[in-house]
Amino acid sequence: MWSWVAHRVTGVLIFFFLFAHVLDTALVRVSPEAYNDVMGTYKNPLVGLLEAGLVAAVLFHAFNGLRVVLIDFWSQGPRYQRQLSYGVIAVSFLLFVPFVIRHLTIVFGH
Amino acid sequence: MATSTPVIQAPRNLASKSNFELYSWLFMRLSGVLLVFLVLAHLFVNLMLGDGIDGVDFAFVAGKWSSPFWQTWDLLMLWLAQLHGTNGLRTIINDYAERDGTRFWLKSLLYLASIVVIVLGTLVIFTFDPCIDPDSTLSVCQ
Ligand code: HEM
Repeated sequence: MWSWVAHRVTGVLIFFFLFAHVLDTALVRVSPEAYNDVMGTYKNPLVGLLEAGLVAAVLFHAFNGLRVVLIDFWSQGPRYQRQLSYGVIAVSFLLFVPFVIRHLTIVFGH
Repeated sequence: MATSTPVIQAPRNLASKSNFELYSWLFMRLSGVLLVFLVLAHLFVNLMLGDGIDGVDFAFVAGKWSSPFWQTWDLLMLWLAQLHGTNGLRTIINDYAERDGTRFWLKSLLYLASIVVIVLGTLVIFTFDPCIDPDSTLSVCQ
């Protein structure tokens, strides 16, 4: 139940970010300066923190999505759904830690 | 103890004999599996390799999109993510917006936004010109 709610919330969050992200990337068709300006905001510590939250949301949604696929298509999936949930948390966390260390070192480093 | 039988409402759309919902259910799973690779590699290459976020600027994008490999990668990721996200939001709107009119307008807005994102994003990938940067060191711009 909680993982279903979290899957919804992260899905909506990623959807809205994708909308903004396609618009900011479209600035490469305007001018190098326009694009570099908006990329400057991604390098600021506050936005860097938000970006780390977004990456956490993507990791959870991605691995929980694979869990949903396994439950639906793998004959043993429903039986192991609880263990798969712990797996989702573990894998997301293991990938998030190196990312967040590197990313925050960069955005807080200037 | 009095037990009562739960009342299940009839589907809103009884006339539909199409398999659309089945295909959309399948599409969510297929596109999801592909997106794991597309999105996680995108994040790794742009935020972990090189200088991470500090390295992302116009020249970085120019370098990537001078290769058909990354153009194809990003195009596939754009289409799959936007269609997957749109279909997901369609489900959420159907779940929570109970009035017919509200559902209609929310979904109209959703589809309009999705068309804008897919058309704009596709145009940007295909019409990108690395040489509008006078400082470009790419060989195609010399
Ligand atoms: C990274 C790989 C991804 C995987 C493996 C994945 C997997 C899934 C799956 C399997 C579902 C269906 C859940 C169900 O029917 O119960 C789903 C729903 C959803 N996804 Fe994704 N997805 C991914 C990326 C994305 C992206 C990039 C977005 C946003 C653009 C997104 C937004 C959504 C939304 C809004 C839903 C609907 C949630 C709901 O109905 O409760 N997903 N995802």
